[in-house]
Amino acid sequence: MTGVFSLLPEGRPGLLDPLLSGARMPGGTEDISTYLAAGGYAPLTVTDRLLDRIAAAGLRGRGGAGFPAAVKLRAVRDAPGPPVVVANGEEGEPGSVKDRWLLRHRPHVVLDGIRLAAAMTGAERGFVYLSDAHAERAVCRALAECPPHLRIDVVRAEHTYVAGEETAVVRRIEGGPALPTAKPPRPFQSGVGGAPTLVANAETLARVAVMYSRPDAAAAIAGTHLVTLSGGDGAAALVEVPAGTHLKVLADLCGHGRAGAVLLGGLFGGLYGHGWTDLPLDHDRLNTAGAALGCGALHFLHPRDCPVAVATEAAAYLAAQSARQCGVCVAGTRALAGTLTAVARGEAGGDTADKLHRWSRQLPGRGACGLLDAAARVVGTLLAHFPDRVHAHSGSVCAACQGGTPEDGRRFTVPVP
Amino acid sequence: MKLLLDSTRCQGYGLCQEPAPELIELDDWGYAQVRESAVPQDGEEAAAAAVAACPNSALRLVK
Repeated sequence: MTGVFSLLPEGRPGLLDPLLSGARMPGGTEDISTYLAAGGYAPLTVTDRLLDRIAAAGLRGRGGAGFPAAVKLRAVRDAPGPPVVVANGEEGEPGSVKDRWLLRHRPHVVLDGIRLAAAMTGAERGFVYLSDAHAERAVCRALAECPPHLRIDVVRAEHTYVAGEETAVVRRIEGGPALPTAKPPRPFQSGVGGAPTLVANAETLARVAVMYSRPDAAAAIAGTHLVTLSGGDGAAALVEVPAGTHLKVLADLCGHGRAGAVLLGGLFGGLYGHGWTDLPLDHDRLNTAGAALGCGALHFLHPRDCPVAVATEAAAYLAAQSARQCGVCVAGTRALAGTLTAVARGEAGGDTADKLHRWSRQLPGRGACGLLDAAARVVGTLLAHFPDRVHAHSGSVCAACQGGTPEDGRRFTVPVP
Repeated sequence: MKLLLDSTRCQGYGLCQEPAPELIELDDWGYAQVRESAVPQDGEEAAAAAVAACPNSALRLVK
């Protein structure tokens, strides 16, 4: 089971509040009366000030890239033509549950975010994009409970690692496959039907909605994260925490305090070994440390876990999830996963570390989406943080690497609470 | 001018590299990698030749 916790100080509004306070949530979903009572769907009077408030509070997107939300909103607003707003609830990272949790349990707060983003950008059309059937039912019920002022359609995709990438979202909404396209153009320039399109993560839009209903707490809401914690045999948890919280605090919360390493950002932010306990939950400070927060999913490695085995499974999963559109991604992920598998089996040749080093530097930024970057970063950080562990695999197999290498990402998959 | 590569179209023919070795390198599998997307003025002719050489129209030269 995946637990749900809040580490927010008393009185600070959070997205998990209704559930944690035991508010009435029939079928586990916040209904319209509960959401209205919490100040939701407040009349649209001061959306200009909301955009300024979002900029001042420094809200950053929660899909993974951490791009400033106000910059994206303004770019869509200022592009020629009537815009489109998309709530992206398709979290591709198997170790993240926050967006599906929000859509399943608090669909109104995401729909309210669409309404506000539409008001700020001038959009007359909205979409909720998702793959989770449970979330789809909750969103459709919420739309029926409170018919929105703008047309909002629900578009469903098959769940894959890349289905939530912004150009894949646009392509699927237009009736195509949920596969990324080359950039430029980005959706804010030309998205659904050529319209400037705001593809915003579900949590980002939920934070926009709470910033509108609680202007007094805007900075605190922008500086709060939903994170998914998992690892080893320990418990998994969806937790809401202030930015800057040390990772050790999060690990202790779900019994991973003795972890020897952490895999950050789902599979996107790479491995971090010695010193991980001092890392703060902060986009910029993690980037400076050579890591990445991504969508806020953290997978802790039990002292028994072998980082080589974890990296090999991550690379194998990513290779299997390649959309097979970019030749460099097919060849690159296959080479990374295949070579790591050879390392794990103690069968790697003498030039293996050099090859892996070269590829981990050569491959980032080369594909149409970030999948190849994720695979390259897993390998690059394995070599940077665990050179001795990699070397120790030459000619011998450690206990943790003795099993096969599943490609289905089972080690990283967290059940949605 | 900027030289842009659509990696979904690059099939690794490698024909782009010959007229523009300063702008394009080929990786271990033969796929093209644009060294620096901003093309210097004296490289525009080579960039145009690289664009023309690709059988799959994977390269674009844009302002």
